[in-house]
Amino acid sequence: MTAINKVAVIGAGVMGAGIAAQVSNAGLPVVLLDIVPEGASNRNMVAEGAVQKMLKTNPAPFMHKRNAKRITAGNIEDHLTWLADCDLVIEAVVEDLAVKQDLYRRIDQHRKNNAIVTSNTSTIPLARLVDGLADTFAQDFAITHFFNPPRYMRLLEIVAGQKTRQDAVQVLREFGDRTLGKSVVECNDTPGFIANRIGILWMESAVRFAFEDELTVEEADAIIGRPMGIPKTGVFGLMDLVGIDLQPHISSSMLSTLPDKDMYRDIHRESDFIDRMIREGYTGRKGKGGFYRLNTDSGKRVKESVDLKTGEYSPSSKATLDSINAGRKGLRALVEHPDKGGQYAWRVLSHTLSYAASLVPDIADDVHAVDEAMKNGYAWKWGPFELIDKLGPAWFASQLSEHGMAVPSLLEAVGEESFYRTLEGQLQYFGTDGTYHNVARPEGVLLLSDIKRSSDRVSGNGSASLWDIGDGVLCLEFHTKMNSIDAGIMAMLDKAIKTVPSAGYKALVIHNEASNFSVGANIGLALFAANIAGWPEISKSVKQGQDTYKALKYAPFPVVGAPSGMALAGGMEVLLHCDALQAHAETYMGLVEVGVGLVPAWGGCKEMLARWQGNTRAPQGPMPAVTKVFETVGTAMVARSAEEARDMLYLRQDDGITMNRDRLLGDAKARALQMAKGYAAPEPLEYRLPGPTAETAMTMVLNDYYRSGKATAHDLVVGKSLARVLSGGKTDITELLTEDHILSLERRTILELLKTPATLARIEHMLETGKPLRN
Amino acid sequence: MASYTAPLRDMRFVYNELFSAEEITSLPGCEEATPDLVDAVLEEAAKLCQNELFPLNRIGDEEGCTWVDGDVTTPTGFKEAYEKYTQGGWNGLACAPEHGGQGMPGALNVLVEEMMCSSNISFGMYAGLTRGAYRALNAFASDELKERYLPRLASGEWSGTMCLTEPQCGTDLGLIRTRAEHDDDGNYALRGTKIFISAGEHDLTSNIIHLVLGRLPDAPAGIKGISLFVVPKFLPDASGEPGQRNSVSCASIENKMGIKASATCVMNFDGAKGWLVGEPHKGMQAMFTMMNDARLGVGMQGLGLAESAQQAAVEYARERLQGRSISGTKHEDKPADPIIVHPDIRRMLLTMRTFTEGARAMAAWIARQIDLRDRAGDDETRQAADDLVQLLTPIVKAYFSDCGFDMTNLCIQVYGGHGYIRENGVEQYARDARIAQIYEGANGIQALDLVGRKLPAHMGRYLRRFFHPVQAWIDDNTASPDMQPFVLPLAKAFGRLQLATGHIAQAGLKNPDEAGAAAAEYLKLFALVAFGYLWARMARIGLDKQSGDEAEFYSAKVATARFFMERILPQSSALFASIMAGGETMMEFPEESF
Repeated sequence: MTAINKVAVIGAGVMGAGIAAQVSNAGLPVVLLDIVPEGASNRNMVAEGAVQKMLKTNPAPFMHKRNAKRITAGNIEDHLTWLADCDLVIEAVVEDLAVKQDLYRRIDQHRKNNAIVTSNTSTIPLARLVDGLADTFAQDFAITHFFNPPRYMRLLEIVAGQKTRQDAVQVLREFGDRTLGKSVVECNDTPGFIANRIGILWMESAVRFAFEDELTVEEADAIIGRPMGIPKTGVFGLMDLVGIDLQPHISSSMLSTLPDKDMYRDIHRESDFIDRMIREGYTGRKGKGGFYRLNTDSGKRVKESVDLKTGEYSPSSKATLDSINAGRKGLRALVEHPDKGGQYAWRVLSHTLSYAASLVPDIADDVHAVDEAMKNGYAWKWGPFELIDKLGPAWFASQLSEHGMAVPSLLEAVGEESFYRTLEGQLQYFGTDGTYHNVARPEGVLLLSDIKRSSDRVSGNGSASLWDIGDGVLCLEFHTKMNSIDAGIMAMLDKAIKTVPSAGYKALVIHNEASNFSVGANIGLALFAANIAGWPEISKSVKQGQDTYKALKYAPFPVVGAPSGMALAGGMEVLLHCDALQAHAETYMGLVEVGVGLVPAWGGCKEMLARWQGNTRAPQGPMPAVTKVFETVGTAMVARSAEEARDMLYLRQDDGITMNRDRLLGDAKARALQMAKGYAAPEPLEYRLPGPTAETAMTMVLNDYYRSGKATAHDLVVGKSLARVLSGGKTDITELLTEDHILSLERRTILELLKTPATLARIEHMLETGKPLRN
Repeated sequence: MASYTAPLRDMRFVYNELFSAEEITSLPGCEEATPDLVDAVLEEAAKLCQNELFPLNRIGDEEGCTWVDGDVTTPTGFKEAYEKYTQGGWNGLACAPEHGGQGMPGALNVLVEEMMCSSNISFGMYAGLTRGAYRALNAFASDELKERYLPRLASGEWSGTMCLTEPQCGTDLGLIRTRAEHDDDGNYALRGTKIFISAGEHDLTSNIIHLVLGRLPDAPAGIKGISLFVVPKFLPDASGEPGQRNSVSCASIENKMGIKASATCVMNFDGAKGWLVGEPHKGMQAMFTMMNDARLGVGMQGLGLAESAQQAAVEYARERLQGRSISGTKHEDKPADPIIVHPDIRRMLLTMRTFTEGARAMAAWIARQIDLRDRAGDDETRQAADDLVQLLTPIVKAYFSDCGFDMTNLCIQVYGGHGYIRENGVEQYARDARIAQIYEGANGIQALDLVGRKLPAHMGRYLRRFFHPVQAWIDDNTASPDMQPFVLPLAKAFGRLQLATGHIAQAGLKNPDEAGAAAAEYLKLFALVAFGYLWARMARIGLDKQSGDEAEFYSAKVATARFFMERILPQSSALFASIMAGGETMMEFPEESF
């Protein structure tokens, strides 16, 4: 099996360019080609422009700006010869069969022997794409269907044709999974594959029924969003995001390819309302507005929504239907609620879910593939079959009959059972053969959720748990709200430090499967304690955190942190005390304490100083390290990827990055076991810090910022406090300082800051609005 | 018969010495409230209360109100006294000058309020409700409604009520049934029955302005569907004079334990014309403005009655000769020693004194915060003041009214059998005080408000306004040798309050019943610590002035402060133990075993 070492992407539209960026994020060289516009002086301008544009796009397609250099931009007139050393060519041009086939013939002339060619088509069946092309080409051809934006959406649908080589499919699967970090789902060659087939029907039904049932857009999105486990953009917010003008293209494509009796044909309606919006340029966020818009006429940003009857905009209001509250009690309570919201929820779900059930095994071999596709492609919390399980399959079937709707045979087959069950700790799904099958994980994938299903925790409390993940490795899982660090987590860290050696474990991994590793210390508790002047309690808990993190660092066994998502403040500081990190590529690290008027005080300052002092690439001497940490922490810099985190030394050179989240724990465990052989705890840190001279220098910088309006009054207070900690207090470079010296500075400083009303106002504002207060 | 003399010296002490008068006079609109003017106002108020209102107190209790065919007559002399009260401009003392009020600070008004409560709480009800209606309309009504009603409410020419309670709904206002339907001219027609409406009908004023909670036709269920309406007894005509009679009537008045001169009415609204105050379905917000003021007013009733009771008890204890001092005869010339020589009598008298003087200090503190909230120039000060008012309101309401009853009860005890008979008038104090623990939100509800709403609000921000200044004060005074007897007990009790607060916040998050179970004791603990803080501050002033002209006054302050620290504040220890024990014993007790 040949590995993929270089990739070509043809078509530098949003998808093609985004795919190229993600390949570059994986560290591979990419060729990105597009047409030569008529009369262009720069014949590469389309592809080059796409790369330039991506450097400014938010959210960023690149995990690091320098990755753009891995992309070589060219054009299909002059540079098809560049395909000669590419192992994979991904076509992402317009959805036009003739254009694509013409391109394939040209690719075929230039590609290297056995190089795989794929299309990112979302609508044209594979059989038609290769129709009339050489068998040698068809053998190497498949569909790789990415979702927008390719860096962030986890789903990759792969469709193999009848002639496609099995080993080529295997190579694509591995490439998608390990290299690009995608969750790969194999689909059959049917229109819209899995996710869009179901997703389009869901969207159109949700829009149409909102009009028919006379819901406001806010009400519809509030029903569709949280209660159904769908991102809070709901349906109208999502339409605005993807572009309302895309809808007619998708519809006509689906109508031209779907079977005659497909439910979509019943659901689909032409809408004058939406046609008018598109005609007048209200195409969503990219246009003049969509179902929502931000009105800035008054100088303020006012969110407005469109009235589905009149088409007029007015300020958005919070939806107050009783059914939304009922939805908190469960999906069934939502769809059974008598108000129009409950009725609407039933209509949308009954169509979407029965449609999904009717499509297996037509579009995919099993229900699990369908659920994975919807969860990773549309960011649903639960897939359609998981949703049916929530309603109760038998109840759902009886309700369908009662409403005169067809009951899909798969739903009949499952009868009184459910689509998923756990048997002896193993998750199983209901197969089309009428029996249950184990949900299989790809080799090397280790999921904490699987371990939790099959074993009891070694230890735990309400905030954290310890799990045996096999081969002598213990895993510490946080499970507080937002994974904020509290006394319970600290207690479990202490427990882990004792349990690993005493119970014969070799290593500890700190990991969880929440969307964010940890957003930091529970500042709500800290704020409450500060409000009642509980200074001794606060001081104690700061000291406790310092002691625990330090003990973790000097424990006689290796500790590997395996974060994904946000790892901020106190949640970042625990990682700074690990022996090694294995970070998911999408990890967002930062010491953001200054945002709430504090400084890192669980050893964050001391660890960052040590890292920059030991950084051989940085200029030596005591001052550069202090300045660097001051910049990073003082501006609450957050790395927007694991790769960026390396620049800030949140990640060390020898820390690992895993592209696929599902492989994170497995990789971390392997790392921990590797380190366990002959492990020795690190030597204690020593510092030489510049003292008051550096503090004065940094204070001068701050004063300048304040005078020029870049820093607020309290920024100045917090910045000066940080400068004092980082410069080492009353010391100079002749003095050798211990870690404890800096820890006590951290402690004293955070306590002083907690006594200022401006810091308390910042914390309160952050907790209540989620946004920093600039006071 | 007991007598009443307004405690003007102590009132001046809290206004000028414990807190600074400049803090008030520096506020916009309060420039004239100088110590001299305040003195003059207090002197005049004292005359009114001692000479006009206090003598009517017993008459009011004997006669009560009379209901005949929907009309209510107040007891003999009330109407005349009310005329003197309004003609003196007392009703508008703290109302805005643009409505004809005098614009005096709440810090002064609260002292006058105390005197009225001491001298005649039933009479005070009519005036107090009018002020509440004035404030709610001032905060939420349209300009048109304000113009129509506020000047006449400020002057006291018209009076106000608050119509919340219905037969099926007391504490739980979500159950309100009174309906408001659109009428022909764009206003509302109200239908329903309200009960327990104080001052709902009477003969003191030419019009009565009811503030009524009801539901609009499209109202959401429960508490979020309640709107506030203004419903006048007589519809003001084009010139603003009382015109056509509105379809609101008093069906009956209650027979009750105390405050007999205050008419407690059943009110029927039979398509009565009403105007919406504020926004539809947002009535609770407006009502809470009124209710918060009213709750402080009820607290003042507790203080006022405790003051009268204390004065009566001291007077009686000096005069009543009975037995000899157990440590040896003190008054050889008399057939027996006055009972004031006995330790247990002294215990009761000093207990009353620590409460009345402590409560006066606390009332002055909160009244100032209200002035700051309403008048301070910068947002931060206003918010900090509002936070503290929010926090202390349930404590003032519940603790003052509980103590009000306890202190009037102690007064009866000092009198012995002569207190139990009607002749001496002190049993009326206890009967009058009892209602304050119940209305405007029973004291259990106040405790829940404290732990359930005020504690968690903004992650404890309200608490900061109390805990930070107290902690800072302790830190500043802890090193003074002469303050040791005051700072040390305060610091100890304060520490217990911190621990209890943290405990309730955490236990309550996990199980709301835990917070509910601790609430009553917690409120009391909080109140004791607040009193402790104020007593320690008062002791500091007393210590500094003990050798001056008024040595007796200041020495008595210091001695009372010591009594509080040594004999009252230790209750915090028992309360703390109860709180920390949790609510398991009560919540696990089987319902059928009660």
